[in-house]
Amino acid sequence: MPASPESSTKLSDSAFALVHATRAFGTTRAVDDVSVAFDRGRTSILIGSSGSGKSTLLRMLLGLEWPTAGEVLCDGEPLRRETLPGVRRRVGYVIQDGGLFPHLTVLGNLALLPRHLGWSHSRVRERARDLARLAHLHEDLFNRFPAELSGGQRQRIALMRALMLDPPTLLLDEPLGALDPLVRHGLQDELREIFRSLGKTVIMVTHDLAEAAFFSDRLILLRRGRVLQDGSLDDFRRNPADPFVREFLAAHRTLPGAA
Amino acid sequence: MNGISNEILVARHPCASGAAFAGLQPRTSKATRRASGRDGAGNPCCRLWHVVGAGLLTFAALLGLLPLVAFAQQPTVVIGSKNFTESVVLGEIARLSAREHGIKAEHRRSLGGTRILWRALEGGEIDAYPEYTGTITHELLRNVPPGASIGVLRAHLKAFGIGITDPLGFNNTYAIGMRADEARKLHIRSISDLARHPDLKLAFSNEFMNRADGWPGLKQAYHLPTDARGMDHALAYRALASGAVDAIDLYGTDAEIAYYHLRVLKDDLHYFPRYDAVYLYRLDLDERAPAFVAALNDLTGSIDAPQMRAMNKAVKIDGMSETIAAANFLGIEPESGNGSAFWQRIGDYTLQHLALVGISLSLAIVLAVPLGVLAARRRRLGQVVLGLTGILQTVPSLALFVFMIPLFGIGAEPAIAALFLYSLLPIVRNTHAGLTGIQPSLLESAAALGLPPRVRLWRVELPLALRSILAGVKIAAVINVGTATLGALIGAGGYGQPILTGIRLDSIPLIMEGAVPAALLALVMQGVFELIERALTPRGLRLRAMA
Repeated sequence: MPASPESSTKLSDSAFALVHATRAFGTTRAVDDVSVAFDRGRTSILIGSSGSGKSTLLRMLLGLEWPTAGEVLCDGEPLRRETLPGVRRRVGYVIQDGGLFPHLTVLGNLALLPRHLGWSHSRVRERARDLARLAHLHEDLFNRFPAELSGGQRQRIALMRALMLDPPTLLLDEPLGALDPLVRHGLQDELREIFRSLGKTVIMVTHDLAEAAFFSDRLILLRRGRVLQDGSLDDFRRNPADPFVREFLAAHRTLPGAA
Repeated sequence: MNGISNEILVARHPCASGAAFAGLQPRTSKATRRASGRDGAGNPCCRLWHVVGAGLLTFAALLGLLPLVAFAQQPTVVIGSKNFTESVVLGEIARLSAREHGIKAEHRRSLGGTRILWRALEGGEIDAYPEYTGTITHELLRNVPPGASIGVLRAHLKAFGIGITDPLGFNNTYAIGMRADEARKLHIRSISDLARHPDLKLAFSNEFMNRADGWPGLKQAYHLPTDARGMDHALAYRALASGAVDAIDLYGTDAEIAYYHLRVLKDDLHYFPRYDAVYLYRLDLDERAPAFVAALNDLTGSIDAPQMRAMNKAVKIDGMSETIAAANFLGIEPESGNGSAFWQRIGDYTLQHLALVGISLSLAIVLAVPLGVLAARRRRLGQVVLGLTGILQTVPSLALFVFMIPLFGIGAEPAIAALFLYSLLPIVRNTHAGLTGIQPSLLESAAALGLPPRVRLWRVELPLALRSILAGVKIAAVINVGTATLGALIGAGGYGQPILTGIRLDSIPLIMEGAVPAALLALVMQGVFELIERALTPRGLRLRAMA
């Protein structure tokens, strides 16, 4: 999707944006000339089947992958290596298995970055307590190690860790992907509630259309590194930009909303 | 064997090595302090690293200081000896005579070869040691003609501040020996007599066969009609005893002469250079301990070749201690308290051995862990680092020890350097493996948090790799305990000392005295490092290992 003239004014307004960004690994382009802006305070969903480039796109926003062509903008500024630590601290990042450090307790995981930034123990603890309330997690777990927690608990703590500095943006890469359906369902409700109450910019990757539609009315469908369609589920249904969009929807026809 | 040939293995004064150990400590601790200081001291997790670092340093410091304590008592006079039986016996004779004269003397036995003892004597690390006139003219004073008189030697040595006694009474030079009964039967007394018996089978050591002043010169000088063949010297005595050969080359006071009842043929043409035994001593003793110089001079002319042979045989073949052999010769009582000497000895060896292992290992950790980190960070450089440390490992250990001599001299330092190089590979490799084996998602999480690389390394990567790193340190430690026994070959002491002496004296119990504690120490090291590993591995990782 080429960048429209008005998108350049939108870019400075957006939390993150890609401008003709490409990430090639050898001859394959995981992300291929993508221009897209993520609005502040909104939840946007990157959706697509595996290998569509959605995770790579998300990782480009954090500088975990660098574009081989084009640019990544954060708050209108091109991402540079020097500004990376600052950008990363304004972003909370949660991955599928939580990415908790196994050698640290729950509190150790939560405290790692704040303590590096000079927070006092009591301030860390206070912040962790507040977030535990938000994430419906009992403080008793603070001294446990990740190996002693359930998958759902681990994802809650990963979210808490991402929220410790109260960043304006949350990036989530299939945060619920590894959970069983019941836990996943419960957490979807909680997460949506948290996103709404905090008013964060959220960019989330999923391959599950129902989950995508549940969280947001802005879905960005990717295929082979390109944005196929950018809009709501309704737009996808009414005006599919490509036969694949129909195909992708059809693969989810058993969902209650499609019945 | 003998002063002429045994010049390879040498040692420096243990007090000097002790001081060197102590000198290493501050450098080590500073380096580690700098390394750990990068990571903000207030961080709770970096305490772990402070504990690890402090623990290892204390370990090294204690090990390094122990020898200092052990050698703290300063005697009036220090006597040295080379690492063969006769020299040690002569050293003991000097020490016991000094004691009889009321002088507190210490004997540093088996320090090494000529060059080292000479250097130690010049440097004042020892005050006296037994030497041979032939060695002095051939190896120490190059501008003195062979066969120079004691007076000439004395005048030349004076320039170095070294004194020389008159000959002790025996000449330990090359000689030709035969079975006594056969010599009697054939009426052979001197080398000249051999010319009358061209049918005799002669076998000489390869060195003697090839030296111009060996067999070729001897054959010419005495017009000997016979041919000789080369034979390993250790086998020659047995071959002679069994009658397979009739005459061999030997040294004038070899213990085997008495044991195998050999006759040493008279060098009637004075073909062989004289190797008269003497004591060399520092001239400052004339003022510091004149009584000791007098005691040494009392010994001149008092030891003849049969007496020396008998003492060599008593020690080398009958297993008598050098002290008792020397005391018997002097007709005095050896010191009492020999019962505790065994444990005292084992204790000293243990301290020396631990110092070798502990210091080399600590230094290796300080270098190898950063190298492993570097190797994990830069793939191409990593291949080079791993390759180089791998090549080091393929160098045969004895060769590596000897390579260190030109760089570090003799004693504990070159041994520590060699062991240090050997310790690098397991630690570098395991640090590299531990770091590259970390789940990529964890590395990414740490990066995405916005932690700078240095903090990620200290707080996430090294703790996650700690198990692997400690396993590498453990491997290095256990290997080092074994390899360090070779350190005795270059004068580093430790458990290798009794093993080496045991091999020299063909004494299994003495070999065991070094081999058994070395094996036990390796086991203890293994156990200790397993405990350290358990104590330092974060509980979270142990849980994961169980899951």
